[in-house]
Amino acid sequence: MPDSLVHVDHLIAHGELAAENSWCVSYDEEALPEQRPAIVPLGLWLANSSDAELAPLLASDTELTVSLAKELKASPLVAVNFPAFTDGRGYSLARLLRERFAYPGEIRAVGDVLVDQLNYMRRCGFDTMALRDDQHPEDALRALNAFSVRYQTDVQERTAIFTKRLENS
Amino acid sequence: MYRYDNHDQTLVEERVAQFRDQMARYRAGRLGESEFLPLRLQNGLYIQRHAPMLRIAIPYGMLAGYQLRGLAKITRRYDRGYGHFTTRQNLQLNWPDMDDVPDILAELATIQMHAIQTSGNCIRNTTSDQFAGIALDEVEDPRPWCELIRQWSTLHPEFAFLPRKFKIAVSGATTDRAAIQVHDIGLRLWYNEQGELRVRVLAGGGLGRTPMIGDVVRDDLPWEHLLTYLEACVRVYNQFGRRDNKFKARIKILVKALGIEEYRRRVEEEWVHLKDGPQTLNQAAVDAAKAHFPEPDRRPVAESAIADFERLRSENRSFARFVTNNVTDHKVPGYKAVTLSLKRREHAPGDVTADQMEAVADLADRFGFGEIRVTHEQNLVLSDVPVDELEVLWRELEALGMANPTVGTLNDIICCPGGDYCALANAVSIPIAQALQERFEDLDFLYDLGPLDLNISGCMNACGHHHVGHIGILGVDKKGEEYYQISLGGNATDDASLGKILGPSFFREDVPDVVDKVLKVYVEQRHEDERFLDTYRRIGLKPFKERVYA
Ligand code: HEM
Ligand code: SF4
Repeated sequence: MPDSLVHVDHLIAHGELAAENSWCVSYDEEALPEQRPAIVPLGLWLANSSDAELAPLLASDTELTVSLAKELKASPLVAVNFPAFTDGRGYSLARLLRERFAYPGEIRAVGDVLVDQLNYMRRCGFDTMALRDDQHPEDALRALNAFSVRYQTDVQERTAIFTKRLENS
Repeated sequence: MYRYDNHDQTLVEERVAQFRDQMARYRAGRLGESEFLPLRLQNGLYIQRHAPMLRIAIPYGMLAGYQLRGLAKITRRYDRGYGHFTTRQNLQLNWPDMDDVPDILAELATIQMHAIQTSGNCIRNTTSDQFAGIALDEVEDPRPWCELIRQWSTLHPEFAFLPRKFKIAVSGATTDRAAIQVHDIGLRLWYNEQGELRVRVLAGGGLGRTPMIGDVVRDDLPWEHLLTYLEACVRVYNQFGRRDNKFKARIKILVKALGIEEYRRRVEEEWVHLKDGPQTLNQAAVDAAKAHFPEPDRRPVAESAIADFERLRSENRSFARFVTNNVTDHKVPGYKAVTLSLKRREHAPGDVTADQMEAVADLADRFGFGEIRVTHEQNLVLSDVPVDELEVLWRELEALGMANPTVGTLNDIICCPGGDYCALANAVSIPIAQALQERFEDLDFLYDLGPLDLNISGCMNACGHHHVGHIGILGVDKKGEEYYQISLGGNATDDASLGKILGPSFFREDVPDVVDKVLKVYVEQRHEDERFLDTYRRIGLKPFKERVYA
């Protein structure tokens, strides 16, 4: 991952193209970026917890302990990094944040975020997804809504399919 | 049979539309090669040696007659008029045109079928016992449970990008016919002393480069928690499975690295938070799933018909052979399950022509309540045949070339596509199977050998299950030349074991002779009624080695 700042102008928010995006992303583990507000690696964020203009970036291998989850609640935004689109750990992280730890703020996917992942990401609890630069936002919006049905419960759907079917029959 | 409702149908149709869109973006250059790869794999589309290959899901091996007819039509229209049944109860098409795949998927959707998650690093098609629902030794029909798992795992949003492919098998009988010990997760349904249904959960089995037998994670999981527990098992794997090396990415490596106690501890810790959540099953949900698998409307078969059948059997030697090898007892007296052999010398094991598919569909309608099962030994089963119709059925199967009375014998070889089709192969495997079938076709000899699993793979990936063959044959590559390594003592059922390599590998021409020598040692050394596997277990590798390398 580049250490430099990444601006996310391909931002999908709540199923639409975001009207604005203030957060920039920095992958630099050592130094804080000048620009604010900024998403910075978790370690940096923890070390600068008094700076309200910073938000944490979770690496995909972050072990989400109870104490870490508590600290994260102080931030209005938690970003989860996808170092490669084939790395599916971020999906579990988002579900854990949302479902187990009841994280109330915004969860954002950043990194190798592609059109065809968005549907799954939304279902796992991501509110906003910052598409990789080369992705086409119009494809993304179509892909996001590829399915009108689902089999599993997830962050949005709390009633199991088998329960729904019984209710409908 | 499970019947789709609107929900299921909508889902597969939307999946087709999604893939059509992905394919169009790929063709338009808006979706890169490496980005398209996992998407096409999760729709069953491989790129193989000669052409693309499409793997169609047959959930837990159950097919209806109209589906098999639909598949026949698809193979004629889009392929070369045949298909290949695999050890994972799927059907592979070897020659489709890549740009036709969205249309093929659309046709599959019209017969309530799909190719979702038949490949790729996701939860694959769940497999089961081909005698589910009819086996004498069954305590619980696994099919409704498989169907619940199918729904839970299909397009699971959290598990589409696992470290590696993930395979689940379910058995509900006292004899394991689903090879649950060599799956990423194996499930065994059983009843405790209080008469309560429990699930034994195994994890970390698998074949491939590093074959392993699964360990028990939880012996007595109450059935209500099946899905939440699976979710915990897979989530722990998703988070902690290795992603740096694809050969070390399977759950078996994680379970081995952590140790089963630590893996279990993590799963249980995860599960505490999922337990009793919305995916917790209840009786009504299970009853609804079970309602899809009702007992067929079997007519009573008279005692006299059973007596007639026994008489026919004693009078006709060919029929008797067929009955002994290809016909299995049924929980309902007067009924039998019939295995249709897809093993003929002229064909790759598991291959079926479109004409045969249609003929089998007709036979299923006439003799078996329109139902067909695919076995992991690459055969087909008609599961509900009244004994007084067996002889007619047998004659029809003879005409179709599907009555080979060799099921369970050395001739019933499991074989991967190998170098003739597969881009990963080190060596061909189909010609080896054919050479062995030719060499060992004498029925008296085959019967004398008794039950014997001979499995062949063309490379380390072990698609042909060679590790769990009583005799396993593996194609290896040495400086660009094809060689074959032979192992003995593998077994995929209850007392599962992995084969041990006999020694240095052999030339292709020598494989039948080597197998012949192995068999001679067995014949000389066996105790009365001892299976090959048991003789091997008793005497060990040494006598075989001495003879073969003498
Ligand atoms: C022709 C195209 C095929 C390709 C490219 C292919 C590819 C693979 C690969 C890459 C693996 C390795 C998995 C690992 O590392 O554990 C594998 C394993 C396997 N494949 Fe295939 N395969 C093909 C055909 C088949 C067929 C026709 C069957 C069934 C007859 C099959 C059944 C299996 C099974 C059972 C495994 C065992 C691995 C395990 O579960 O541990 N494959 N295949
Ligand atoms: S075992 Fe190897 S050669 Fe055979 S089908 Fe699998 S990947 Fe191909």
